[in-house]
Amino acid sequence: MSDSQLLPTGQKKINHLEMIEISKFFPGVIANNRVNFDVKAGEVHALLGENGAGKSTLMKVLYGLYPPEEGAIKLDGEQVVIGSPVDSIGLGIGMIHQHFMLVESLTVAENVALGLASTRGPLTDLDIVSQRIQELSEIYGLQVDPKALIWQLSVGQQQRVEIIKALYRGAALLILDEPTAVLTPQEVDEFFLTMRKMMDDGHALIFISHKLHEVLDISHRISVLRDGHMIGTIPVEGATKEKLAEMMVGREIGLKKERVSNEKSEKKLILKNISAQSDRGTPALKGIDLEVYSGEILGVAGVSGNGQKELAEVITGLRNVTSGQVVLEDEDVTGLSPKELINRSLSYIPEERMRDGMIKEFTVAENLILREYDQLPFANNGFLNLKNISTHSDEMIKSFNVKTPSQETTVKSLSGGNIQKLVLARELFRKPRTLIAAQPTRGLDIGAMEYVHLRLLEQREEGTATILISEDLDEILALSDRIAVIFEGEIMGIIDREEATTERLGLMMAGVVE
Amino acid sequence: MEKWLRSESVSKLADALLPVFAALAALAVGALMLLVLGANPFEAFGALLDGAFGSANSLADTVVKATPLLLIGLGICISFRGNVINIGGEGQMIIGALLATALGLAFPDWPGIVMIPLAMLAGFVGGAFWGGIPGALKAYFNVNEILSTIMMNAIAVQLMNFLLSGPMIDPVQAAKASQIPQTARLSTSFDLPRLIPTRLHLGAGIAVLLAILVYILLWRTTIGYRIRAVGQNRFASRYAGIDVKRQIVLALLLSGAFAGLAGAIQVFGINHRMITDGSATGFTGNAGFNGIVAALFGQLNPIGTIPAAFFFGALLVGANKLQRVMQVPSALITTINGLVVVFVVSSEKWRKTREQKRLTDMMAEIDGDPPPNPEKAVKEVGS
Repeated sequence: MSDSQLLPTGQKKINHLEMIEISKFFPGVIANNRVNFDVKAGEVHALLGENGAGKSTLMKVLYGLYPPEEGAIKLDGEQVVIGSPVDSIGLGIGMIHQHFMLVESLTVAENVALGLASTRGPLTDLDIVSQRIQELSEIYGLQVDPKALIWQLSVGQQQRVEIIKALYRGAALLILDEPTAVLTPQEVDEFFLTMRKMMDDGHALIFISHKLHEVLDISHRISVLRDGHMIGTIPVEGATKEKLAEMMVGREIGLKKERVSNEKSEKKLILKNISAQSDRGTPALKGIDLEVYSGEILGVAGVSGNGQKELAEVITGLRNVTSGQVVLEDEDVTGLSPKELINRSLSYIPEERMRDGMIKEFTVAENLILREYDQLPFANNGFLNLKNISTHSDEMIKSFNVKTPSQETTVKSLSGGNIQKLVLARELFRKPRTLIAAQPTRGLDIGAMEYVHLRLLEQREEGTATILISEDLDEILALSDRIAVIFEGEIMGIIDREEATTERLGLMMAGVVE
Repeated sequence: MEKWLRSESVSKLADALLPVFAALAALAVGALMLLVLGANPFEAFGALLDGAFGSANSLADTVVKATPLLLIGLGICISFRGNVINIGGEGQMIIGALLATALGLAFPDWPGIVMIPLAMLAGFVGGAFWGGIPGALKAYFNVNEILSTIMMNAIAVQLMNFLLSGPMIDPVQAAKASQIPQTARLSTSFDLPRLIPTRLHLGAGIAVLLAILVYILLWRTTIGYRIRAVGQNRFASRYAGIDVKRQIVLALLLSGAFAGLAGAIQVFGINHRMITDGSATGFTGNAGFNGIVAALFGQLNPIGTIPAAFFFGALLVGANKLQRVMQVPSALITTINGLVVVFVVSSEKWRKTREQKRLTDMMAEIDGDPPPNPEKAVKEVGS
């Protein structure tokens, strides 16, 4: 850490920010109850907690989006009042939201300049902005072209733009709200490099994440919130995943699942030499051979973008094959429509649930019948049976513990975890004989993740043949009976779980053939 | 104020009444314009009300004017819910009317009880055909439906002009030098029954009945579920096993069908013959466009479209009287019409924002974890 009181961006450091005895109430809920939190220059302070624990609320108080009912915020020992994001930005506090705040049709420079006064009055000063963006990206290794349009950038690049935006506005303290949730493992590595660089330069960083190994990897201190209370702040030395999980949930969590061994019975799903193209028309799958047995979870590990999406879509009838054959329960189903596959008891938990799995303007009840809206008991002779639909929704909401004001609420109002529960409820309620689960726990907190895992194992015991597509090796190792590794549209190998190690899988994921 | 608005039931009631307040605000701006023109706004609106509701006849005229707006509005509810923008109501109305008229002229001796339902069906089919073409073009060739439906309007007008001055021309006119492009009068036994001794005919009853049926179609049947699903999210619809292209065709087809029916009713209920002044408006009275406005005013709900169509019908009929009594240009009514649209559409946006905020707050209470809502967040950052 340098001793200078200035950051390389020219901004003054925030040496110590303290939130003291912060309380924030919502009608009927205490979101934060006398919470203490602080962060110092040159450190990463992780904030952990389940959905609803009060992390977002605390950070919104700091960023000026919510006024606290009680408590004080001190900046380098002096009390400050943060009434709006304008105040917090003025004090050098920046926030990187989980969902990016970028205008897709504008360029990087235009997004950065958005909302700021131009040095040229009514005329834009995008050349000056671009120059400053170049400087900032050089300091922090955030390679990005100021003239590129946002929609053309990958998610990782868009995040860099968000960080540059905050730095451009003079952020000395950055709140990073689940920044890694949307990134691939490689992008996470790059992102951590940037974080370390900022930390070394004296930025204060608050890191919110559900992923315990990331928290253990990058943080100096870890604070855990639960039900609005600060459970504790511990140094990273001596912290373990198990201990953090216990602090978050308030009880012991079995991160490793007990599993019954199933006798392999019948082959449910066979893929023979499948090839298919991506949306852009490039080859995405190149001669895939896979077999899945009933009562088995076949894990498909791999870095996102290596053909996983296409694989799931080919099996579920959403994408045409260019060659090869899909055999489901001894029947050639190649080229059948999604409808015909739904009728053959195939369930699919899609990776992009807000795009493929849910109609966000539809109500909870309407979404719960999405896959069987025209079948008994939900419809008869083309008429919807509203009574049965309503009863079904209530049952699903209850048994899957979905938090929603009512079944008439539109899905867009629900949180990510609850939306995923709805997808699960819909796909598992049908007691599928075959299940394709793509990234089923992405973005979920530990409690919800554990819940999904238990449900998947439950299905396995009931004899469902499952393909679990996941980037999370811990998840793959915890659930799968066999593990296939996909790389650039090819299966690099299939190994039994007992023989699998993170290192071995990691090599295969990088394309090393055994 | 803030606290009062936060009460949920009050807040919901306010949302429901918002379009009404918006319309009143638009009328207030209209009043300012009247003042500028030197007219007394109270007298003016008095004349407007009197013109629209003052007597049995004027009330009947209002309903008669509202009927095509409602029918076209119903079709718009279907297509817009399916996220297909049908700007082709004018053309679809014309084609429906032409087909129904041709049928009526071809078999003048059939009893009315047979011909009237068949003619209505012909209007329905004609409009469906004219709407189905851009539907198929969009679904299978990705042709923008806004463009194609507008183009189809132009084709329909020229087709009407051609038929009415040639093949379908009134034999009487054909013999004269004037050659007025119109058909012969349809057999009087085909006239839609009048409900009371005014111009009010059966068409209004049909339209209201259909509004209820369209509501059932959209929210109580699998067809409606499919159309709405495709309208909201095509990816998830495919995932649900829905044939997306077919729904796009169906949405435009049905939308056109209602416009075509409006055309048939216009001929059999009011004009009893087709006549053209060379433009679409001469026949439709802009109903193809005003129907869109009525549907939007009714928040794309078939039941809500009933009072909305009535409101615009009243504006149109009242405008005549206003113009006569106050000696103000009739363009002023078009302006007030436009103001209502702008105000109502803006208030709709506001209502949606408020609704979302209410839900978000509710979720924050029960879940502590607000939903992903980029729109709202952007606003927060900007504020």
